[in-house]
Amino acid sequence: MSRIVNQFTSHTQFTNHKQYFIKLKLEDYMSTTEVLVKELVEKNGRTRNSLMPVLQGIVQQEHYLSEEAMLFVAKELDLAAADVYGTASFYTFLDTVPRGKNIIRVCKTITCHMKGKDEIVNVLSNALKIKVGETTHDKKFTLLTANCLGWCHKGPVMLINDEVYPDLTPQKALEIVEEYAKTTH
Amino acid sequence: MSKYMVNLKINNMPIAVEEGTTILEAARKLNFRIPTLCHHPDLTVAGNCRVCVVEVKGARLLAAACATPVSEGMEVLTNSEKVRVSRKHIVELLLAEHNADCTKCFKNGHCELQDLASEYRIGDHVFLDLVRPESKIQDISSPSIVKDDSKCIRCQRCVRTCAELQGVSALAVVNKGDHQKISTFLNKPMHEVVCTNCGQCINRCPTGALTERNYIEEVWNAIYNPSKFVVVQTAPATRIALGEDLGIPIGNRVTGKMVSALKKLGFNKVLDTDFTADLTIMEEGTELLTRLKKALVDKDPSVVLPMMTSCSPGWIKFQEHMYPDLLDNLSTCKSPQQMFGAVAKTYYADKINIKAQDMIVVSIMPCTAKKFECERPEMRDSGYQDVDFVLTTRELAMMIKQAGIDFDKLEDEHYDSILGESTGAAVIFGATGGVMEAALRTAYEIVTGREVPFTNLNIKPVRGMEGIKEASIKIKNVKQEWSFLEGVDLNVAIAHGLANARALMEKVKSGEAAYHFIEIMGCPGGCLGGGGQPIPTSPEIRKKRAEAIYSEDEEMPIRKSHENPEVTEIYKHFLGEPLGHKSHDLLHTHYKPRKRY
Amino acid sequence: MENNLKKVDIIFEVDEKVTPIDVLDKTLKRAADEIILDLIDSGLKGRGGAGFPTGLKWKFTRNEDSDVKYVICNADEGEPGTFKDREILDRVPEKIFTGIAICGYVVGAKEGYIYLRGEYNFLLKTLQRKLDIFNSQLKERNFDFTVYLKSGSGAYVCGEESALFESMEGKRGEPRNKPPYPTVAGYNSKPTVINNVETLVYTTMICHMGPEKFKALGTNDSRGSKVFSVSGDTPKPGIYELELGMPLHEFVNEFGDGDAKAIQVGGASGHCVPRKKFNDTIIGFEGIPTGGSMMIFNSSRSMYNVLHDYLEFFTEESCGQCTPCRVGCQQLLKGIEAVKRGERPPAYLEDLKKLTATMKIAAKCGLGQSVGNPFNSIVDNFREEIIY
Repeated sequence: MSRIVNQFTSHTQFTNHKQYFIKLKLEDYMSTTEVLVKELVEKNGRTRNSLMPVLQGIVQQEHYLSEEAMLFVAKELDLAAADVYGTASFYTFLDTVPRGKNIIRVCKTITCHMKGKDEIVNVLSNALKIKVGETTHDKKFTLLTANCLGWCHKGPVMLINDEVYPDLTPQKALEIVEEYAKTTH
Repeated sequence: MSKYMVNLKINNMPIAVEEGTTILEAARKLNFRIPTLCHHPDLTVAGNCRVCVVEVKGARLLAAACATPVSEGMEVLTNSEKVRVSRKHIVELLLAEHNADCTKCFKNGHCELQDLASEYRIGDHVFLDLVRPESKIQDISSPSIVKDDSKCIRCQRCVRTCAELQGVSALAVVNKGDHQKISTFLNKPMHEVVCTNCGQCINRCPTGALTERNYIEEVWNAIYNPSKFVVVQTAPATRIALGEDLGIPIGNRVTGKMVSALKKLGFNKVLDTDFTADLTIMEEGTELLTRLKKALVDKDPSVVLPMMTSCSPGWIKFQEHMYPDLLDNLSTCKSPQQMFGAVAKTYYADKINIKAQDMIVVSIMPCTAKKFECERPEMRDSGYQDVDFVLTTRELAMMIKQAGIDFDKLEDEHYDSILGESTGAAVIFGATGGVMEAALRTAYEIVTGREVPFTNLNIKPVRGMEGIKEASIKIKNVKQEWSFLEGVDLNVAIAHGLANARALMEKVKSGEAAYHFIEIMGCPGGCLGGGGQPIPTSPEIRKKRAEAIYSEDEEMPIRKSHENPEVTEIYKHFLGEPLGHKSHDLLHTHYKPRKRY
Repeated sequence: MENNLKKVDIIFEVDEKVTPIDVLDKTLKRAADEIILDLIDSGLKGRGGAGFPTGLKWKFTRNEDSDVKYVICNADEGEPGTFKDREILDRVPEKIFTGIAICGYVVGAKEGYIYLRGEYNFLLKTLQRKLDIFNSQLKERNFDFTVYLKSGSGAYVCGEESALFESMEGKRGEPRNKPPYPTVAGYNSKPTVINNVETLVYTTMICHMGPEKFKALGTNDSRGSKVFSVSGDTPKPGIYELELGMPLHEFVNEFGDGDAKAIQVGGASGHCVPRKKFNDTIIGFEGIPTGGSMMIFNSSRSMYNVLHDYLEFFTEESCGQCTPCRVGCQQLLKGIEAVKRGERPPAYLEDLKKLTATMKIAAKCGLGQSVGNPFNSIVDNFREEIIY
């Protein structure tokens, strides 16, 4: 269940007190996800063409697309829920299962494979005590592999969220992840 | 505007066709059949199965005949070596990810993939079996539709049907690559999603991936059970399509043969949903006039217009999901099937001296949503489940085959009485516009004392296959008690197929059009194109079925519902009057909103 | 052996005196048809891999009668072994923006888009900042054109142009039937030019230096130069701009580690060239065309593993809609596994090769059509490694 937001969000501007009152009341009862979806739709436009940026925006904030989030998107963009899910599930980065706050994606394609991605995956898997595809109990990390990330000359490489870490060694990978562990709460 | 003609050659035969024609269409004109799977005459072109690939001379790639428009000077080969090898490969690939357990499949003998495999004499599997074990677990959560992913060939006909024809999109393509499949929102079971149970996906599924939940064994068991009295009712649209599954050409009426076959199958009584269709007209017609009076004269704010028909259970569930705010617009009348069940287990059971608990009511329906409808909690007003089992037209054909009945040779027989008498007004319930026409024939006469002002009672403006039809009838010289309707233009609209229904609902919501009465049928063409009707379906097939329906109407001795003598009888001895107390208890109901999201 | 590899510096060259916006100013003063003629004259072909003449693409789109047209920069670089577009986006984005704007001017579009693959999201902020500056420069010049950034979300097939449009329209990235082609009906079903990142930079540079200088590079069939992404078993992996039409052995001499046994030219969907063919292979449209990926494998590498990696990639990244690709990729992958395990005889490889012939001509888009390239070139040249 999403948290209830008690304050109205900054993007909303009100012209008179009556509207102010109604809006405040409504948003009192909107979940953070609903507020987020409304903001994203507002920003990107209420058309099908906005679906990708809206879904990307949700993943950015919530790390995955929850059932609730997809239903709100469907409602706001007047799409069928199955259609939203069908589209989201096409894209590797639009996860529809819960993910940790930090998503690690180790490139598994050919050159990174040749340069030792297996060692990277193993060392992270051992350190985080999860297998590929899993999320740590504290929800800080999800460990995934990914198809070619476009750093074949500097493999092995991994993404943590949007940040890229090329030229990895097992030791380097560990240090980077440890740094994230320290700064993630 | 005349189009350019394009000259091309197909298998060295010259032909000129209009610009924009596809290779597939052009080849058909020359009687070259190109196999297809993802292509369907009711749907947009997908071009994804690739079995229709043909060779275009000079082109590097084969062209999907269904998706490629002809061009000037094109030379097409539909059966070159390249084409044959590729096509065979493609069929083999489809079979590799298909649970080809054909003998155990409900669609055995009615499968387009099986036909192709047989045509190409696919012997030992060349390729590796890719069927995922988990895909073999069927989704039987819906009382109407069974989904079996292991039979799915990803042609997406169901997805396009659900989106384009029905505007529902309960089904979608999900995932990609080797995990791509047809599924629902978050892979939920079918009964938890916005599915209306219309079964149009079943009608267009080339394989056994989507089939009706069949109740054939349950019905046989009931028939064989000596302590049960099994009555069967047949919906209007079954009689003009059943023959298609039994070797009789499309567009032939088989009413008498169907009755005969049902008797031979062992049903204790063979009765007609058409009877309750007439009853529906009495109730719904009266409801319309009452609503008009309350709205126009009494200005009763609780009465909303337009009134919308409620015969189609796919439409009802659609409305519950998509337009819950318009539920009050629905007529409170139950569908003819459910009126029949309620009357059968009360009035009729009494008449023939059978206890309701010993009676089994079976329906033969052109519909899969009826299977869901009969299980609704609202449909137990007799004190029991009013209708016990619903069989599709297709399932009945299977039973007839199982019983070894030579359908074509059967002599015509008549429905049993009572609850077997009907009118032409009832039979046209099976076509889009039919309920409207039947209602107008009766309502107009109630109000004016005269027949509707159309030649031979045929209200042509409400007929035909246009997605949304509108008509207006001027009411003149009314009887004293209906004086408030004098000079009123009665505005009606008709939609069939839920995508059209959606468009019409949007018009109603926006206030763009003011109608008094709207007829909606969930399926394209109305019940004659229902999700339980023989497969295949196409605009041409539905046109022929409609012609058969209207010809049945014309040949009926009585063509107005209020003139059905058994209807008069039931009001006199049981119901009292339309919208009366008893009617209210047995024949009317209300629906509740469901979640769209 | 003497090395004749000619390194070129066009793409990344930074000229303080003539900035991209100067090139734009100069070009906007010219007639659109003249610019098209220059591009056609230059012989520039698309640098994404397919190699369609850029000038013609622009001409077709210009000739379409439509109020709305689009220019799209395909930055969905996803081909394994290719990373040159990322470098270009990182180092000389203004040259890309300029190419988009020139194209907009030529074809009569008001909107341009850059579709950036989700894997390159770390570039978004900087790109957006530079783009804002560029857009305001356009505004100052009263040139009614705006460039927007769109981002992908992890789907290789969206690099296929019609799949990219679908994705931009908020749908699953499934390639469309062709015809119609993008120049007639692309994004939002409007006439659209869609060019690769590198192509757009070359258009800017051809507008800057004239077609002659570009044309002087390369060969008759492969004019100009190209940015190569060099990876694998090489002492100097990275990005190199080289003249087209080079013999592969010269490339190997320059970049190999002395033990190269095969070069995968053109990424996972390209061709694998074994050592014995290095001498008679030309890199260019007359030989083996490439989107720029050159992966080098030395003798320590198992070519079975290489092929297995590729096939796994295609099996996962196929959009899944068409039969030859969806099922074909799985059959090829499971097929070599079965042969390796001895569950199928070596001769089964011939059945699979025949299957790739079907995929090549019957799949709906370039993805399925090209899976046979690595499959056949590896199976034919390294058959023992596949079987044993």
